[in-house]
Amino acid sequence: MNPNLKRLRRSMMFLNCQKPGLIKDPYVYAPDSILLDLEDAVAEREKDAARYSLYHALQEIDYRGVERVVRINGLDSDLWEEDIRCAVAGGCDAIRIPKTETAEDVRRVEAAVEAAEKDYGRELGSTLIMAALESAKGVMNAYSICTSSERMFGIALSGGDYTKDLQTTISGTGVELMGARQNMIIAARAAGVQCFDTVYTNLNDMEGFRRDVQTIKTMGFDGKSIINPRQIPIVHEIFTPTQKEIVFAEKVVHEIDTKKAQGIGVFTVDGKMIDIAFYDGAKRTLALAKASGVYKGDI
Amino acid sequence: MKNAVGREIPEEILKLTGKEPFQGNNYKQGVPFRRMGPIIRPNMDNQHSKLVGSIREALEKCHAHNGMTVSFHHHFREGDLIVNMVMKEIHDMGLKNITVAATSLGKAHDPLVPMIEDGTITRIEASGVRGKIGEAISAGKLKGLAIMRSHGGRVRSLVTGETKVDIAFIGAPTSDDYGNLRGIGGKTNCGVLSYSHVDGDCAEYVVAITDCLVPFPNFPAHISMTKVDYVCVVDAIGIPEKIATGAAKPTTDQRKLMMAEYCTQVVVNTPYFKDGFSYQTGVGGASIASTISLTKIMQERGIKMGFGVGGLTKPMCDLLDMGLVRVLMDTQAFDLDAVSNVINPAHHRITAGAYANPFNKGAFVNRLDYVILASLEVDVHFNCNVVVGSDGVITGAQGGHPDTAQGAKCTIVICPLLQGRIPAICTDVTTVTTPGESVDIVVTDYGVAVNPNRPDLLEALKKADCVPLKTIEELRDIAYSIVGEPEPVEFEDRIVGIIEARDGTIMDVVRQVKPIPEH
Amino acid sequence: MEIKKAAVAGTLESSDCMVTVEPGDGTVELDLESAVIRQYGKQIRKVIHETLERLDVTDAKVTVVDKGALDCTIKARVECAVYRSNDIKKGLPWGGVIR
Repeated sequence: MNPNLKRLRRSMMFLNCQKPGLIKDPYVYAPDSILLDLEDAVAEREKDAARYSLYHALQEIDYRGVERVVRINGLDSDLWEEDIRCAVAGGCDAIRIPKTETAEDVRRVEAAVEAAEKDYGRELGSTLIMAALESAKGVMNAYSICTSSERMFGIALSGGDYTKDLQTTISGTGVELMGARQNMIIAARAAGVQCFDTVYTNLNDMEGFRRDVQTIKTMGFDGKSIINPRQIPIVHEIFTPTQKEIVFAEKVVHEIDTKKAQGIGVFTVDGKMIDIAFYDGAKRTLALAKASGVYKGDI
Repeated sequence: MKNAVGREIPEEILKLTGKEPFQGNNYKQGVPFRRMGPIIRPNMDNQHSKLVGSIREALEKCHAHNGMTVSFHHHFREGDLIVNMVMKEIHDMGLKNITVAATSLGKAHDPLVPMIEDGTITRIEASGVRGKIGEAISAGKLKGLAIMRSHGGRVRSLVTGETKVDIAFIGAPTSDDYGNLRGIGGKTNCGVLSYSHVDGDCAEYVVAITDCLVPFPNFPAHISMTKVDYVCVVDAIGIPEKIATGAAKPTTDQRKLMMAEYCTQVVVNTPYFKDGFSYQTGVGGASIASTISLTKIMQERGIKMGFGVGGLTKPMCDLLDMGLVRVLMDTQAFDLDAVSNVINPAHHRITAGAYANPFNKGAFVNRLDYVILASLEVDVHFNCNVVVGSDGVITGAQGGHPDTAQGAKCTIVICPLLQGRIPAICTDVTTVTTPGESVDIVVTDYGVAVNPNRPDLLEALKKADCVPLKTIEELRDIAYSIVGEPEPVEFEDRIVGIIEARDGTIMDVVRQVKPIPEH
Repeated sequence: MEIKKAAVAGTLESSDCMVTVEPGDGTVELDLESAVIRQYGKQIRKVIHETLERLDVTDAKVTVVDKGALDCTIKARVECAVYRSNDIKKGLPWGGVIR
């Protein structure tokens, strides 16, 4: 299994590949992933130009451990196959498929990725895939999309197109996204992949953004797509476990490890009933805390 | 001969200027000198009028002559009309070999370039020059030397008599007919006249130029009638919208916000951050954002500032209005909020001398805990360059940079690691303006470096674990790994300017740039 | 590769460069204007010439207006202009002469 399938992805920042000033050093903002965009952000007549920039950026810029995901053009275009060749040859970490509607879409991309890996001498299976769901059909097919490929690490909601398809608009309240978000997180968890929320486009409303992130975190999402580096610290802050949560998780892991050896199955930590079902969650909290730089322990 | 920052100062320049090479910040501590006073022509005849009908008349009455030195202030910043107005008259009179001793020259003064080319102006003394004048000097068009001094250094050079001003022109937002000048009121409100005080004290003739004549006495006067020879009323002395604009909107640029956050963390985790601390900052986006985030922490911890000083902006004035700083000491108002805030009784105007003159018996900068500064370049010796661009062309001003950097207990320089392709952190700055011994901490978007001569600060920041610490060499190496190591800029032998240290010694020289190579 | 017609790539935004290629007079003629020419002029010329050599362009008039672009951007813009002059947008030699 590709070890990067489960890596930390709280913040995935969109960057227009056609803008050298944007892609030269986004790592200073420390997002978990960058989404190098060949699709919507790039003007139709600059689609070719964006690829050369992408290829050399992937080859020559040290992104300092930030995951490099390339958003290719839609499968309904005549651009996506060359996009994949360019991205895979350049050595990207993953491909993001826009407007995914079926498992078949993913398999088409997978085949193209595999062919490119062979052509350009990249390790087979090294390029991961994520799928953006942007329509009612895509959301309804979420589970089969999640389980369509070994390379699939997660699905992301794309709220703009999705609400158009629903014949509504983004209201800022999240009401119109509720069903999709709920369906997608359930599908992703059932399939054992990650789930990412849509962008929040109003940069003048940082409080609204904060509420939005809080909501999707509570729903179980792994992270959020973002459009401006200013949003990164807020996402990371909300996804970072509190000191209280970390201490509790540490105790849970420790207690389960010792009690298991003594053959005890159920016991209490800080007055709460604890059993083995809490183990994975506590481990995840500690891993997240460690990745966020607030936990220096060794559990 | 190499000076204390390792710069080669040629003998010929030492001989020509009679100056010594820079020997370290405190070389002149306690060294006595005699303060020079100007020639004064007294007025006791109650029939005598100071009003003149034109700049030309003022020039004639002040015995304008070839080879004289005229001085100006820059409180009207890029909206200044005085310098061009006076220099045009001097040019039309056919005068030559003029020294322009301004507190600073900017893009507004591009029309001076033809006067440099035709020999009207042959020497320039200023905090620095921006725009076309800088390019002209770097191209070797000025016959004599350009001398770049800090605000404090300029006051020193006037009071020691090193710079002898024949006629000082003081643009005044309001004046009465007897020369009581105020920086506020009128059409071109600039708040303060701090930089001009020393000209009032030291020039042989002082001419006030105003576009708003008010009844006598214009009081309390910022510059007194006791120092003014003539008053000239003109249509406009400045363009108000270019003097001070509404406060800049707080930056939304995450890179600047990050640097601001690092800077704030540095301030609050170093030992001088306690009740009564003193602070100066600049007008850059990161500096302003840093003041705003510092305000929050001061409120949380119940820590108040003793005094804030310098060129002031809205966030500093907000501190005063919120009761978070005891007094503000104002040398320059950078936005309209700062201009109008001078009505607060705890917002005091101070002179450039009180602010920064190293040859005082003490200046405000000496009592600073923190100063936050910017820089075009910082090298691995922590030397800063704020005057000469990385392409070798003069493009900035010292301002109070060397003054506050020496004075403050903790000097923090904020600059992004890269300006386009140009590395701001480099092996050797193009030209030294502020010596590394004055600079304690450098904040970049790639990390924070502490001067090794401040192990106490490094220890405090390590302990707090609040910012990504790097060595200055590491920052330089990161910069070069991204953009490549720059080729050294090629200069001609001719020296076109000198960077004067605060105490009048020579910090560095500026040479003529070579024309851009074809291949 | 032959320069079949004039073609342009890139912009005049900061950190970018604008590259124009036109049919030449038998050699490669490079006209470079850069905001950082004093510090990086030699390096920029080197990158442009090497890129053109890889693409086997031997006859072209090349005009570059640089706004502080990194080497990777300069390469990308030169390649883009050359392929545009040949109307090639697919089947590009990634990792071959484009590298």
